[in-house]
Amino acid sequence: MISLINQAFQKAKKENRPALLTYTVAGDNTKKKSLEILKSISDHADICELGFPHNTPIADGGQIQTSAYRAIKNGIKINDVFSIAKDFKKTKKNKPIILMGYYNMIFQYNENKFLEKCEKSKVDGLIVVDLPHPENKNFAIKCKKKGINFIQLVSPTTSKTRLKKIIKDSHDMIYYISMLSTTGGKLKVSSKEILERYNKIKNQNKSKKIVIGFGITEKTIKSLKKADGLVVGSAICKEITNSINRRQNAVTNVTSIVRRLKNKII
Amino acid sequence: MKLKKGIPLIDQHDQHGFWGGKFGGSFIPETLKKPVEDLTKEFKKLRKDKKFLNKRDYYFKNFIGVPTSFVKLENLTQQLGGAQIWAKVVSEANGGAHKIYNATVHALICRAMGKKYIVGDTGAGYAGKMLSMAAKKFGLKCKIFMGAKDIRRQKPNCDAMRKNGAEIVPVHSGSQTLVDAVSECMRYWVSNCDNTHMCVGSTVGPNIFVKICGWSTAQISRELKLQLKSEFKKIPNKIKLINCVGGGSSAYGFWSEFIDYDKERIELIGVEAGGPKKSKLHAAPLSRKTKIGILHGAASYVCQNKEGQINETESISAGLDYPGVSPMHCFLKDVKRARYTYATDEEALSAYQMVTKYENLNPSLEPSHAFAEAIKIAPKLNKETIIIVNSCGDAKKDRDILRERLGKKKL
Repeated sequence: MISLINQAFQKAKKENRPALLTYTVAGDNTKKKSLEILKSISDHADICELGFPHNTPIADGGQIQTSAYRAIKNGIKINDVFSIAKDFKKTKKNKPIILMGYYNMIFQYNENKFLEKCEKSKVDGLIVVDLPHPENKNFAIKCKKKGINFIQLVSPTTSKTRLKKIIKDSHDMIYYISMLSTTGGKLKVSSKEILERYNKIKNQNKSKKIVIGFGITEKTIKSLKKADGLVVGSAICKEITNSINRRQNAVTNVTSIVRRLKNKII
Repeated sequence: MKLKKGIPLIDQHDQHGFWGGKFGGSFIPETLKKPVEDLTKEFKKLRKDKKFLNKRDYYFKNFIGVPTSFVKLENLTQQLGGAQIWAKVVSEANGGAHKIYNATVHALICRAMGKKYIVGDTGAGYAGKMLSMAAKKFGLKCKIFMGAKDIRRQKPNCDAMRKNGAEIVPVHSGSQTLVDAVSECMRYWVSNCDNTHMCVGSTVGPNIFVKICGWSTAQISRELKLQLKSEFKKIPNKIKLINCVGGGSSAYGFWSEFIDYDKERIELIGVEAGGPKKSKLHAAPLSRKTKIGILHGAASYVCQNKEGQINETESISAGLDYPGVSPMHCFLKDVKRARYTYATDEEALSAYQMVTKYENLNPSLEPSHAFAEAIKIAPKLNKETIIIVNSCGDAKKDRDILRERLGKKKL
């Protein structure tokens, strides 16, 4: 059976545009609010990434750190993350959801238990920032057995031989990190250069869907629209922060950002 | 899980970088895979390269000023009336602490790899100060990441860093201490790994950093072994090596040559930071029952909650104020080769007072934790037992804290 993630890419391709992937942090700024945001933005996004927050995130920049600390401070627990995903799927059963986070959270929960919970909550995929290839091999196999996409990451520093191995062990989707940066950095590489590297990865195996993330904002998204998919995270988290600071409605503000992002790539 | 004899502990990990199959590893973002692999290859080559070793020895001798002295603390011994108490005065090293060994080696590696920028984390400020000294010595541009709270409480070391031309980047996230400084330093490296070398300030972090740091501080026990032989004609039959443990770099360096000995003959005692007596917070993952977790790229015992969020720590000593610990110490604990305990802030302070009262020695708050344990156990032991404390840092940096906690006493 074709995965929901692949279906989302197919749908976008038919419409001749890249898939739009959003990233928000579960529990930012409350459990209820983050579910509302998720439901609302999913009208425009093709795939929703939901972060399970960790308080020592070594690859995240300021915006996502702020969201994560806020969610933890407001008491979000890993079981809440699963219940947000589950609730989301009740009304949006065909919208793929990907959980993203750091390995210690999974390790403490227990890998098998974590995956069972993912399955029960109808999670479609997993990104684990600090569990690189080949250390992630066993875990990726376990994911596959549960019908969960394990999403491998590739960066500008990934060597050719390594890239081949990663692609071989990847599932439907691969996440290409656009530049040497934490999340939310300013795009310091030209779109042309990013797309050149993207094509090199894509040409290895055309059936894999490659998404580009890091540094993508309303300003930069259009220039990368040739990719299979584009991920926006920090720009959204930043909007949540701004809305809270201005005492505005985060749900409407974030939704309009996502709508604008989508319009730029149609 | 077993210790092997005749192989340095830094090399007793499996192909994935784990000691005892579960401590260590390299839990890093994809972007850091390549720089970490490059560094691993380079270090493997350099440590066998005679020219590089000569260079290391040259700078250890002429820049760091090895060997540091090994002295008997006669008055303290007499006062406590039990075991003999000795100190390895590592704080005599250039800069005033053991952190200079690792910093010098990293600067040499950075140069060998043709990189011009070097970054590092610091808690007490010693790792940062030493890295800034080494950077200056070898013409490298240096950035130091330091928690905002630590910048406030370790001012003398910050002044030294700035004087050496290093930029201090204050870290305001989380608890504003070492744990956040290490995270921020790693983030910086993720973004700049193409032209920048990273120095991790202790035997923590991804596998290769544990190895490089341990390889550097091992100088301490190589010296001590020779000094023991010349002082006692042979290695004495009953020794206790007491060292404070934060990340565990000085303890590993102090013990590495002695791990192969029977533990009845040479006992290894690590003293962690127990925090304030009345506080629930501490920085003692080995001695106060914690679970294995992943922090800063390695699996170790970690102060964390059930969910896997890293706990805040609290200690009077910034250098020990860290929720994780070296995977090598976790391994030594689990195979029962070393014994780990803790001293509270108050115990460390009174140990500091006692040592400085009777001896011409000025140990910083970190080794004062080790002295606290020595003072506790010495009276119960006979005079044939040789207690050796690694006095791995000088208290100049603690001037403000000591003045605040102990009153006007001249420091």
